[in-house]
Amino acid sequence: MSVSARVLGTPVDRLEGRDKVQGKARYAYEYPLDRLAYGTLLVATVAKGRIRSIDARDALAAEGVLAVLTWESAPKLPKAEGELAVLQGDRVSYRGQIVGVVIAESYEAARHAERLVRVDYDVEQHDVTLRADHPTLYRPDKVNPSFPTDTEEGDVERALREAAHAIDLTYTTPAYHNNAMEPHATTAFWQEGRLTLYDSNQGAYAYSETIAQTFDIPRERVRVIARHVGGGFGSKGTPRPHVIATALAAHHVLRPVKLAVTRQQMFALTGYRTPTIQRLQLGCDADGKLTAIAHDVVEQTSTVDEFAEQTAVVTRMLYASPNRRTTHRLARLDVPTPSWMRAPGECPGMYALESAIDELARAAGIDPVDLRVRNDPEIDPESGHRFSTRNLVACLREGAERFGWSPGGRREGRTLVGMGVAASTYPARRRPSQASARREDDGTFTVRVGAVDIGTGARTVLAQVAADALEVPLEQVRIEIGDSDFGQAPVAGGSAGTSSWGAAVVKACRTLRVSGEDEVHVETGQADEPLAKHGFGAQFVEVRVDVDTAEIRVARAFGLFACGRILNPKTARSQFVGGMTMGLGMALLEESRVDAQFGGFVNHDLAQYHVPVNADVAELDADWLDEEDPHVNPMGAKGIGEIGIVGTAAAVANAVFDATGVRVRDLPITPERLLPLLRK
Amino acid sequence: MAELHPVSLTVNGDEHSLVVDTRTSLLDLLREHLGLTGSKKGCDHGQCGACTVLLDGRRANACLVLAVAADGCDVVSVEGLEHPLQDAFVERDAFQCGYCTPGQLCSAVGLIEEAEREGAHVDGTYVRERMSGNICRCGAYPNIVAAIEDVL
Repeated sequence: MSVSARVLGTPVDRLEGRDKVQGKARYAYEYPLDRLAYGTLLVATVAKGRIRSIDARDALAAEGVLAVLTWESAPKLPKAEGELAVLQGDRVSYRGQIVGVVIAESYEAARHAERLVRVDYDVEQHDVTLRADHPTLYRPDKVNPSFPTDTEEGDVERALREAAHAIDLTYTTPAYHNNAMEPHATTAFWQEGRLTLYDSNQGAYAYSETIAQTFDIPRERVRVIARHVGGGFGSKGTPRPHVIATALAAHHVLRPVKLAVTRQQMFALTGYRTPTIQRLQLGCDADGKLTAIAHDVVEQTSTVDEFAEQTAVVTRMLYASPNRRTTHRLARLDVPTPSWMRAPGECPGMYALESAIDELARAAGIDPVDLRVRNDPEIDPESGHRFSTRNLVACLREGAERFGWSPGGRREGRTLVGMGVAASTYPARRRPSQASARREDDGTFTVRVGAVDIGTGARTVLAQVAADALEVPLEQVRIEIGDSDFGQAPVAGGSAGTSSWGAAVVKACRTLRVSGEDEVHVETGQADEPLAKHGFGAQFVEVRVDVDTAEIRVARAFGLFACGRILNPKTARSQFVGGMTMGLGMALLEESRVDAQFGGFVNHDLAQYHVPVNADVAELDADWLDEEDPHVNPMGAKGIGEIGIVGTAAAVANAVFDATGVRVRDLPITPERLLPLLRK
Repeated sequence: MAELHPVSLTVNGDEHSLVVDTRTSLLDLLREHLGLTGSKKGCDHGQCGACTVLLDGRRANACLVLAVAADGCDVVSVEGLEHPLQDAFVERDAFQCGYCTPGQLCSAVGLIEEAEREGAHVDGTYVRERMSGNICRCGAYPNIVAAIEDVL
């Protein structure tokens, strides 16, 4: 049963839009509370070792300083795990790890006091450099979140030997940082054994669970509020260490404490995308039908925790081939634990796979659009399930036409021009969620769900969902989100937020309407039909490369997607375009450079870690095909938060090759990497 | 050690006289002392533009200005803007998370005034170049440019 569309599918402006353009939308660091103190973080200046001593006497003597919390003074949290075991011992596992919290009456006093604390370490030799032959490489039990680590079907080696065309190439991606515009921030206070946090996160309820577990108190005693969040891209999907540090600080001084991670500190403390080394072996017959696909990935995790990115998982479902192999191996390094960054797995994995497909197409002399079309599977090769809907071929064909697909490269004076294409795909999920709906005396309806709007437009879209399910105008709906007291709800992540919350909102609103009750609370389950459920898309890019400097400009980019019903075309386009923009950065600009000598990310600010700016994005647009998928949620939609970044980097890299005839397989494709090849 | 210093300035048309720590930035004065949290702190190093305000009519990164250096200045932050650009931003969906938006708006208002002052021919390329000090990680750039072009 689907929702009949009246408000859904229309380009409603963001409900909080007026607040955001007037500076009224309040973020986590902006709640005025009585007796509010300022917290700042002391972080490790070595990558591995033990804290020998901490001398905070000068800091404590400084004006305005309330306390310096260290592992010696912090309470023990026996249930704290991994990165959240903050100030629980003298062990330093990575550079930038939290070793103390300064709490002061003013921000200036806290920052000053940081520099007055003397921390001495017994330093040990660290290792922060990922290599394909790293001695610690191991096979994790599963990859994020619970996929098999390795898969194998048929005889890949034999198929490669017998293939008419085959390639065996290695691609690398560096560490990337999410770098949401709002630095992670928390305002925490304790009251009668209850902890309240105004926090910048992607999942208020999930945070309350993890934080409660860390402090070993019932979940009901932790309230997490996240009304407005300045972006996350995965980095606010799980509580980061500063949240625990802030709660500890508030407990220590018996006052509300607010703390924002600095941009520099974010590079160690708030997660990042693992670097990858990916070997792709592909073979096809004379007609371009794939006979072998092998995708072997090496990536990193930390000594603190395990995060195994599912980089090759996408290769299990994208193309038909009787012989397939995927593997993941991890090196344990003295680094912060990698975490989610927009489309973890699919994003770096599809860079390598879709670059390799392009290289195979060229080896076989087949147009890369055609090669992809010829290998589009009838069923999911991995599970054998039917696809709920799969319109990759239509995206490729129609996208090519609309873009004016005409690869081959050309020269205009000192500029080389070329085109590239890549496929996009991302799983369509629905997770369990609760929601409530209440009929108000004035004829309006209040709908509550523990959703968080990190910029996706979820608040607006959920109001649209509610209005249609209640069969009332949008103006009669008040949507309330961003509070762990609103019931269980999944994080804004995995492109599953709106799908999951929306399903619960539909159920709550329909139940209210049909039952005639004044207030209902409902919960919904996950989408578990035995179908392969994914969104698809195709991205086309035209680049212009300067012959003399190797400067690459993306002149045009166009993505055509098939992601079920589009619930709000205005905010949806922004999601697609935003993802593609981040993919452009991944291809050409972004790279977290590892400092082998000192063990940190050396370019840890926005002057040195280059995210795309306005001038980097010329003509970039997205559109979609009409599609309705009834199998994921009652709205007929698929999640769209991540698919935009999947494939972009490959499309750019393929366009650079088309323009120049040379291939840089190590991202980002910078002038310093491309120019020497152009000169040859 | 904290040194205190008096500072008087006009913010969004209101005159304020207060005593501040000499280490306080104009951004923190606005956010922490005047409760004007519209201006955002994205990097505190003048690298992202989220804190952009109009300082005596010109756009400036408030995180790079010491509050005491703004003595006698006229400051306009997003809370003080009344500009058709704000409606255009909503209409064009020129933001997602909204955190860079106050800076984008102040910067764009400054850009429009600069262009008038210089008699510059304003097109998409001009706008993109001159708005490149304001990072939007959500990637709303095409919509930001469209919104600005709407009000030119």
